[in-house]
Amino acid sequence: MSEPVLVAENLTQEYVLKGGLFGQDRIVRALTGASFALEPGKTLAVVGESGCGKSTLARVITMIEEPVAGSFVLDGTPAGPDTLAALRTTVQIVFQDPFGSLNPRQRCGQILEEPLIINAPEMPAAERTRRAREMLTLVGLRPEHYDRYPHMFSGGQRQRIAVGRALMLEPKVLVLDEPVSALDLSIQSQILNLLVDLQERLGLAYLFISHDLSVVKHIADDVIVMYLGRPVEIAPKADLFDHQRHPYTKALLSATPMADPTLRKQRIKLVGELPSPVNIPDGCPFAPRCWKAEARCRTERPELDQGTHRAACHFPE
Amino acid sequence: MSLLEVRNLSVDFATTSGSFRAVDGFDLTLNPGDITAIVGESGSGKSVAFLAMMGLLPWTATITSDAMTFDGHDLRAISPRERRKIVGKDMSMIFQEPMTSLNPCYTVGFQIKEALRIHLGMDRKARHARAVELFEQVGIPAAETRLSAFPHQMSGGMNQRVMIAMAIACKPKMLIADEPTTALDVTIQAQILELLKSLQEETGMALVLITHDMGVVAETAQQVSVQYAGQKCEQQEVTALFSRPHHPYTAALLAALPERATTKHLPTIPGVVPGQFDRPKGCLFSPRCSIATDLCGTTPPPVGGPEIGFARCHFPINVTAEQSA
Amino acid sequence: MSDATLEAVQVERPGRLKEFWYYFRENRGAVIGLYVFLGVFFVAVFAPLLAPYDPTEQFRDHLLQPPFWQEGGSLSYALGTDALGRDLLSRLIYGARFSFFVGVVVVVIATTGGITIGLIAGFAPRWLDTIIMRLMDVILAFPSLLLALVLVAVLGPSLLNAVIAIAIVLQPHYVRLTRASVISERHKDYVTSAKVAGAGRLRLMFVTVLPNCLAPIIVQAALSFSNAILDVAALGFLGMGAQPPTPEWGTMLAEAREFILRAWWVVTFPGLAILITVLAINLMGDGLRDALDPKLKRS
Repeated sequence: MSEPVLVAENLTQEYVLKGGLFGQDRIVRALTGASFALEPGKTLAVVGESGCGKSTLARVITMIEEPVAGSFVLDGTPAGPDTLAALRTTVQIVFQDPFGSLNPRQRCGQILEEPLIINAPEMPAAERTRRAREMLTLVGLRPEHYDRYPHMFSGGQRQRIAVGRALMLEPKVLVLDEPVSALDLSIQSQILNLLVDLQERLGLAYLFISHDLSVVKHIADDVIVMYLGRPVEIAPKADLFDHQRHPYTKALLSATPMADPTLRKQRIKLVGELPSPVNIPDGCPFAPRCWKAEARCRTERPELDQGTHRAACHFPE
Repeated sequence: MSLLEVRNLSVDFATTSGSFRAVDGFDLTLNPGDITAIVGESGSGKSVAFLAMMGLLPWTATITSDAMTFDGHDLRAISPRERRKIVGKDMSMIFQEPMTSLNPCYTVGFQIKEALRIHLGMDRKARHARAVELFEQVGIPAAETRLSAFPHQMSGGMNQRVMIAMAIACKPKMLIADEPTTALDVTIQAQILELLKSLQEETGMALVLITHDMGVVAETAQQVSVQYAGQKCEQQEVTALFSRPHHPYTAALLAALPERATTKHLPTIPGVVPGQFDRPKGCLFSPRCSIATDLCGTTPPPVGGPEIGFARCHFPINVTAEQSA
Repeated sequence: MSDATLEAVQVERPGRLKEFWYYFRENRGAVIGLYVFLGVFFVAVFAPLLAPYDPTEQFRDHLLQPPFWQEGGSLSYALGTDALGRDLLSRLIYGARFSFFVGVVVVVIATTGGITIGLIAGFAPRWLDTIIMRLMDVILAFPSLLLALVLVAVLGPSLLNAVIAIAIVLQPHYVRLTRASVISERHKDYVTSAKVAGAGRLRLMFVTVLPNCLAPIIVQAALSFSNAILDVAALGFLGMGAQPPTPEWGTMLAEAREFILRAWWVVTFPGLAILITVLAINLMGDGLRDALDPKLKRS
């Protein structure tokens, strides 16, 4: 077992919603108590529905935002305002929407070189260009794409550029925020293969954020299931898909449509909507929608238990 | 007689650099009570075909077809006034983005009652009663109070329910659901799909499901039509399509599903969907096809018979001996 | 990469300029406006070659001579002369230079200032943003001509001072416009990725965000070009802009005021010149908006 490249301890993030002139300020608890470790060459998937805090987690890990509580260690260095510059090159991010994540006024080459211009200003321009062209081939584009603008590329090609830009600084951790959910099916598999190849070749660690369980099942090594800002189940992939200990994971899995018409499975129907992260219920956050909930669930908040397959539930299976 | 009959529908758009064919020879026959799914990637023209039938395309579009009839009306010759009577009443549509499909300035109750007033001419009391009834039908709790809510006060799933309630308000004969669950979360998606299916069973309307999600298709549809670059490349009954696809594109698409993967490397379809400027001469799928020959690159393939799923291919796959005989 | 996408055919998509021209050309008024604008520009540049006389030369024998098609007119003074015997055509041709000078200088000053302040406001913390925007609201609350008059009265009446005054008056429009597009752009993913790459605030402002905010600013620049011409003419008419004998169109109108009943041409032609130029530029601005605003684009 190798040394983890990313260790997160109890990460918590809150936002304040201004209540206007007369209203009261409300606190959105976007992320509460996220702890995990990620080893080089491994993929940790974060799964959940909208508002579950997975994108907030991405923003905290990539140091776009500072968490209000908790800490994380990147490659042996604790992250914080003092180490920000040093760790900038350790973690990079790929966004969901390849149309919004590339600057429309920059050529592909400029986009790839920008991280180098900022972080290694002493590097000669010729060297930068050489690396950018190398990167184009690495992510499956052609060197002559160097001079094109983003609008000349298709969605899949743009996502390749976005992956390339993230890799320019040779990071150790790559945060992938729904990297394939905006892409067509036939393109999605191309990008997933690219990510698998790059991981094998460069020993990258992926924090793979997704809502699509079939993609997660394919690419992940370990999975965190989140609900309303809290991890509710953490397990190695095989264990999780084999048997789910938390009722929410069970419901999520049964709600995912399977591309097999012969499979008429019994679906667990969840009643109700996702509660908003502004007023998270006391007790277990999933209790109002849970079919197993009892009085205890509504008053007492369950914590993650110990072991390799952890669940935060009073009545885990 | 079938409810909807479309033969050889083509849609061209005038753009900066010449015309662009978004839909090419689209055929569809729909009987009352059918659940048909139209599957395709973005740019395959699956939404455009239906927008063309409803007359909702901008003036840059040129629509041609050999036949386009709905419930006895010829949609090609119909006047805009007549068309408005059909669209939204007998033929209605729900869209992908529930948040933007509703007018944020009015309460959802006002919007649903407006449809009832215009198409059915109900009086105030009847409208209100029907609106409450509809909201209950689509599973909106506390229907009475929700009528006076604005779209931004409700979640995406609730708004999509409102959209569905509006769409079925006039008891349509055909409901077109254009990516109805793409913008929704998985657990909500399951609820909405259940709802659409149960409504279809209750009312016996025809349901057209436009989607790119193979999982949704497998769990919902009876008939599946696969679109590629504006053309229909295959149409089959759902179980047959998933077990024995006849067009190489369908086969490749199914193989690319991560849940069907057996190794860490997924089988892929190389390249991208042809755009306006790189449309191949022969079979549109030939540049990306693994079994394409020279013939495929030069000659557009014929449309096959029903026994091979109308596959538009020179070399349909998964064909048994008696089928080819 | 084993299965990397290498398309068989990669056909050039139309370039940005070509696409721009396609949408611009759709608007016929804009194209006419562009041609008129280019015509006026040409006249302004080559004024010494085109004008038959010096604009300040007085022909004492030909006071208030009517244009050539009227009785008493002659082709040597095609559009007639003014009360001091100066050739009206030459004065109008030279006047185009001042109008362009005014337009260009006002737009340059107002855009530079406005964009900078707008960028700062868009990126600033909330309190600074509020201060800047309230200050701009105060400027906008004044009737623009009145404020310009006050400023000219303080600075002293001259063409340059009038230009500066107008630039200050027009500036808040740019500030608001820039700030609005900065705020909508700065939450997009590409800005965040520049941040993750380690870009500093200045780089984010000027290199990442600003180029993406330029389209509405260009449109506004075209429209304020015409505004500036109009305002400077107004100031000139009120005697607070260019001083006689400068052949500035507004000043010419002011000088000709007393002859309005006797000699219609001394007022009509400068007025027409202003009208045509401003109209042409506004039409062109409309076309620019159509071509640059992606919301109006048809795919």
